[in-house]
This record gives sequence, structure tokens and C-alpha cells, in this order.
Amino acid sequence: MAGQQHTVRVTINGEDYEGPVEARLLLSDFIRHEAGLTGTHVGCEHGVCGACTVLVDGAPVRSCLMFAVQADGASLETVEALADGRTLHPLQEAFRREHGLQCGYCTPGILMTLKPFLEANPAPSDAEIRKALSGNLCRCTGYQQIVAAVRRAAAMLRGEDP
Amino acid sequence: MKPPPFAYECPRDVAEAVALLAAHGGDARPLAGGQSLVPLLNFRLARPAVLVDLNRIEALARIRVGDGALRIGAMARQAAVEADADVARGWPILPAAIGHIAHPQIRNRGTVGGSLAHNDPAAELPAVMLALDAEMIAQGPQGQRTIAAREFFAGTMETALRPDELLTEIRVPALPEGTGWGFQEAARRQGDFALVAVAVVLKPDGARVVVTGTGDGPAHMEAAEAVVAERGTDADACEAAGDAAAAASEPADDPHAPAWYRQKLVTALTRRACREAVIRMGR
Ligand SMILES: Cc1cc2nc3c(=O)[nH]c(=O)nc-3n(C[C@H](O)[C@H](O)[C@H](O)COP(=O)(O)OP(=O)(O)OC[C@H]3O[C@@H](n4cnc5c(N)ncnc54)[C@H](O)[C@@H]3O)c2cc1C
Ligand code: FES
Ligand code: FES
Repeated sequence: MAGQQHTVRVTINGEDYEGPVEARLLLSDFIRHEAGLTGTHVGCEHGVCGACTVLVDGAPVRSCLMFAVQADGASLETVEALADGRTLHPLQEAFRREHGLQCGYCTPGILMTLKPFLEANPAPSDAEIRKALSGNLCRCTGYQQIVAAVRRAAAMLRGEDP
Repeated sequence: MKPPPFAYECPRDVAEAVALLAAHGGDARPLAGGQSLVPLLNFRLARPAVLVDLNRIEALARIRVGDGALRIGAMARQAAVEADADVARGWPILPAAIGHIAHPQIRNRGTVGGSLAHNDPAAELPAVMLALDAEMIAQGPQGQRTIAAREFFAGTMETALRPDELLTEIRVPALPEGTGWGFQEAARRQGDFALVAVAVVLKPDGARVVVTGTGDGPAHMEAAEAVVAERGTDADACEAAGDAAAAASEPADDPHAPAWYRQKLVTALTRRACREAVIRMGR
């Protein structure tokens, strides 16, 4: 029946969330409005911009193209998982140092795209970095600094300090 | 920008899913990766009363090789097929083409069956499945049937599937020893749908040249296939095949590209894909 409530249980950044949802509730809205984690941004709501990217069982996906009810039982990671208290994650630190963000609207989706990318490919070429970022639109920083930030983050994660 | 209300069903096996589709007549839609359907819902261009979510039917997500053929479950993620070692060994045109579909985040959810059932007129997988002479297995209330790729793709976003039928598996025949292949695509940006894409498969016993992006979906370029069959597989034959394919294409002007540009792409990309295939035949 339309309007019917479904129970969703998910783990977000290691914490359990449970709640009744309508089937049509997008995962992005569940994360922001039900779980209160507003770091995940919503840009286009049709899969084009990548701002809403989160990890579902480790894989980056568009949270605006999934229903919350479909995530039942899954483990999610959002941008809030990155920093350790006041200590930034190397990805965040690299973006700060290289001016890889300006308004920051696209940044959470970019960081959540890059986290598994750099784990799988610790020393990417610039071409690989650009390809990995192709599904994330930034309308204000400019991609040069973002690519530089990814290079720096990769080096930091490899234990080098560029 | 929020989807309209719908009732949500989450069957655990194919029989239950087919029964749900039958019970709701034309009011129910299967939900695969959601990478095409959810945008349509968010725009309210689609308003199904019921969504039948296929994501928890594990049997539909398998990728395996049996009797020499590749058998891809309809719910196999595009990213899983792209990364599969058996696929890379036996059907390398598939990962090459899938790399052109959207972006990694979308391929992590998007399925092979969803792309074929959706049949966007510039999508990569329908063109490749046509070039590979794949067969689609459909399951409906009356039972199972096998649909050849040539019959399956029936025009813009149209397929031979009936509303109460589920695409369950795609069977791709083994490629004989000495088969060469080429895949070429031009798009405005990395990950966009193709302006034009061309898939060429040269088998010892026949050529397949499929072009998409120029009309209402993937089409065999029979004149180009005949040219290669008659003149043999060399660079000259590829030149002529490109001309033959362009002569058979009638693209229209649209906001993405003028017709003349697409026509030139058909010539150039057919030649390139054909030359790639010739080189790979020699290996
Ligand atoms: C930004 C963006 C860019 C994209 N770029 C490309 C691109 O370049 N090339 C490309 O090919 N695609 C592209 N896509 C679409 C993407 O590939 C989708 O994955 C694909 O078109 C549909 O697959 P899905 O599994 O997501 O299906 P869904 O969206 O879930 O379903 C699509 C349709 O098929 C039906 N359906 C699904 N599975 C079955 C089944 N087993 N039996 C019967 N009917 C079924 C559904 O009811 C629905 O009507 C893009 C999408 C986005 C958001
Ligand atoms: S908000 Fe999800 S891709 Fe733009
Ligand atoms: S920092 Fe403003 S959109 Fe990317």
C-alpha cells in the first residue's frame, strides 16, 4: 500500500539507526533528516552531480538514487566518518592545504568517492584521478586544485609528507 | 524532485517477483539498480503504483560460465561484470564498453539487466549484446522464453519484454578462436551517454557491426557487415565498412550534436573499431 511504513535498520559510521520510513523516502533524505547527518549534500536528485555520494557496504553510490528501505541491513559511511575528533582525515587535510574546496558543496561527495578509490589505487596517475572524479561536479573551485589535493592526499596516505 | 508514493515489494525469488508483477497488472514496475528508474520517479515522469525490488533476489546476481556461454544474471551489477576475470578472458568487449557507462558510483548500482530492459537509444550494453548475438531469458506467468538480441531491442526504450515479464538472464555465446573485437565511443564528457558508439565483432565466420546513438537504438549495419564479409578483414575493408555504415545511418539534429557530425562519427568510429578488431584477430 502506498504510504505504508517500513522499518529500516542501518549502521551509519558505526552507529545503529532504526526508524519507520515511507518507501519513497530517498536514502539521502534519510541520512540528512532522520539520522541528522547533514554532511551529505543533495545537489540534483537525479544522479548527475555526485554531491550525495556515500559508501554502502564499502562501495560509493548515489544516495539520491536509492530508497532508504533498500538500505535495510547495510552499513553506511558518510563524510562525518572521516575526521577523528578535531583531527582531519588526510584527505580532508590535503583538500584544505591545496585549496581543493571553495563553497564546499561538492566536497563530501568527492571525499567519499576518493576514499575507496585511494585505498584501491594508492598511487594514481593524474589521468586516473580525473577519471575517478568524473562523476562529481564542482562548480566553483576548479578541478586543478582538486586534482592537486588528491595527489597530496595519496602521498599522505602512503606515509610520505609532500 | 521527490518520488510520488508507491507500494514497495521486496520478493526473495524470481517466482515471487513474477507473481507480484502479474498480480498488479501493468501498475507494477521492477526496480533493478534504480539508476534510470529513480531519476524518472524523482522527476515524476514515471508513477508506478507498485515497485517490485529485485535487489534481494540473490540468484539473479550471478555471473558464470556454463556450456561455454557466459550467463549473466539480470541483477549483476555493471561494476561486477566490468571486474570479472572470466568475462575479461572470454568476452573482453564487455568490460571495455561498460567503462563508458556513466561513472563508477553509478556502475556500482546499475545492472546489466536494467540497462537492457531500459534500452536507452544511446546505451552501450544493448549495442554490445546485439554485436555478440546474445540471448535474453525472460520469465513470465506463462513460463520462460528465450529472446534473441535481434528481436529484443524494439526501438527507443522499447523491448520485446511484456509488462508481466522479468528479464532473468543474458546468455552470451562463446567467441570462437581468432575472433577480434573493437568498441569505440564519442561522448561530450567522460561518462555521458554516447553521441555515437560502435561495436565490431569479427568472427572467422562472419562480421557484426552495430552502431548506436544515431536513431532509435542499436542497429546492425548490414551493408558494413557485408563489405567485411566480401572484402576480407583488412584496413581497406574497414575504410569501406565505415562508409557503408554512414550511408545506412540517418541521424537527426538534436541539442547534443548536429546530424552531419554524428554521420562523420559513424564513419570514423566504425573504421577505428573495425581496425582494432582486425589487429586483435591476428593475436
Ligand atoms: C548520471 C547518469 C549517467 C548515465 N550514463 C549512462 C551511460 O553513459 N550509458 C548507459 O548505458 N547508461 C547510463 N546511465 C544509466 C545507467 O546505466 C543505468 O544503470 C541503466 O540504464 C539502468 O539500469 P538499472 O539497473 O539502474 O535499472 P533501473 O533504473 O532499476 O530500471 C530501468 C528500467 O528497466 C526495468 N527493469 C530493470 N530490470 C528489469 C528486469 N530484470 N526485467 C524487466 N524489467 C527490468 C525497470 O522497470 C525500469 O523500467 C546513466 C545514469 C545516470 C544517473
Ligand atoms: S544529488 Fe545525488 S547525484 Fe546529485
Ligand atoms: S567547492 Fe563549490 S561546488 Fe565544489
